[in-house]
Amino acid sequence: MNEISQYQQKLLQAIQKVSKSITLMEVCGTHTMAIAKSGIRELLPENITLLSGPGCPVCVTSQGDIDAIIEMVQIKDIILVTFGDMIRVPGTNSSLQEERSKGADIRIAYSPLDALRIARKNPHKEVVFLGIGFETTAPAIAITVEQASAEQLRNFSVFSLHKVVPPALEHIFSDQEIRVDGLICPGHVSMIIGTGPYDILTEKYKKPCVVTGFETIDILEGIYMLIKQISQGEAKTETQYRRLVKREGNLIARQAIDQVFELVDAKWRGLGLIEQSGLALHHAYAEMDARLKFNIAEKAEIPIKGCVCGEVLTGKIIPTACKLFGKACTPLNPVGPCMVSQEGSCAAYYRYTPWKGSNK
Amino acid sequence: MCLGVPAKVIEIRENSTALVDVNGNQTEINIRLTPEVQLDQYVLVHAGFAMEIIDESIARETMQYLEEIMQYE
Ligand code: SF4
Repeated sequence: MNEISQYQQKLLQAIQKVSKSITLMEVCGTHTMAIAKSGIRELLPENITLLSGPGCPVCVTSQGDIDAIIEMVQIKDIILVTFGDMIRVPGTNSSLQEERSKGADIRIAYSPLDALRIARKNPHKEVVFLGIGFETTAPAIAITVEQASAEQLRNFSVFSLHKVVPPALEHIFSDQEIRVDGLICPGHVSMIIGTGPYDILTEKYKKPCVVTGFETIDILEGIYMLIKQISQGEAKTETQYRRLVKREGNLIARQAIDQVFELVDAKWRGLGLIEQSGLALHHAYAEMDARLKFNIAEKAEIPIKGCVCGEVLTGKIIPTACKLFGKACTPLNPVGPCMVSQEGSCAAYYRYTPWKGSNK
Repeated sequence: MCLGVPAKVIEIRENSTALVDVNGNQTEINIRLTPEVQLDQYVLVHAGFAMEIIDESIARETMQYLEEIMQYE
């Protein structure tokens, strides 16, 4: 056994010594995937429960917002550029994939800068970038918007569905129906925002937050740190992912977000309307706001029949408790976004968790 | 969606861009968010941008609790 797996074993043994029943939540889709893939959940003793929270940007996008985008791509001469995850998400009557097969011009990009290239090449078309993601992604969009503005690229705009994480964490901590003793905090969001926002939460709710990396050993270490705090009656912010996360985060990235976006109230699937939790383009960049440019009105929330994604996203139920899980709803034939997105909890459970085929 | 990959900077280029190596593949990224990055440093890349410089002085697997755990035993 090498040093690392020995250490891993030691961490696990230390975690297993705690007899108290403890529930931890991760709030990052990348953690959801890493935990499912590594089998950590199965390795932990029964008294320690790991829940997944609202950490997948595609999953927390409200149904109304998805329907609004689907309406927008039907406008003539629009090219929608998006990250791949969005394409199969079911709206009420259609999906982007379906619209594409009917002729809408929808392109998948890895970077928002690709959308600028497409806009330069297609001056007679309107190129809209679908901005989705948390604070990790927002700075990339912010720099792209600044670049488009500097170039006076008039056929480029952004449909912003960006959200910020701390208000959702506050929602989790303050919901009496959700039992969470500590949070495994998102490594890459924290690399941008720093650890200050967690100090406010730990102080107010007296529950620990540990910013954690994504290797198996990082996650075990993060869990160990949380359990140790809980056993000792402590509740503070700690950083396990020290090789990347600084206390103040990335100041240049934070500044870019502040310059280009402003905080607005936003609807989250499963969590409802959360004040000051969304990022809309600042009025200085209003001409690049696709919602205003194409006059897209807000849409009503029409729930997906039988899908309990909302409860899954707040850790109230686990995916296998959904009646459709693995039957009517599979990654090939997803009913809700939590099964579409690779990092959705339902998809992660379906792919990696030993599952007996019974929806208990 | 917040997935990031570590990449090694192998050339700093004009207009806030850099050439990086990700597991043997070379690609150009934007370094506006990490202007102080230097050759041979590792950065975390997300959506075509270097988001932060990785501090290699803190080892990848830190093992920060090994001694503490051993003491319990
Ligand atoms: S299994 Fe499918 S239908 Fe059930 S909650 Fe998950 S995404 Fe929704």
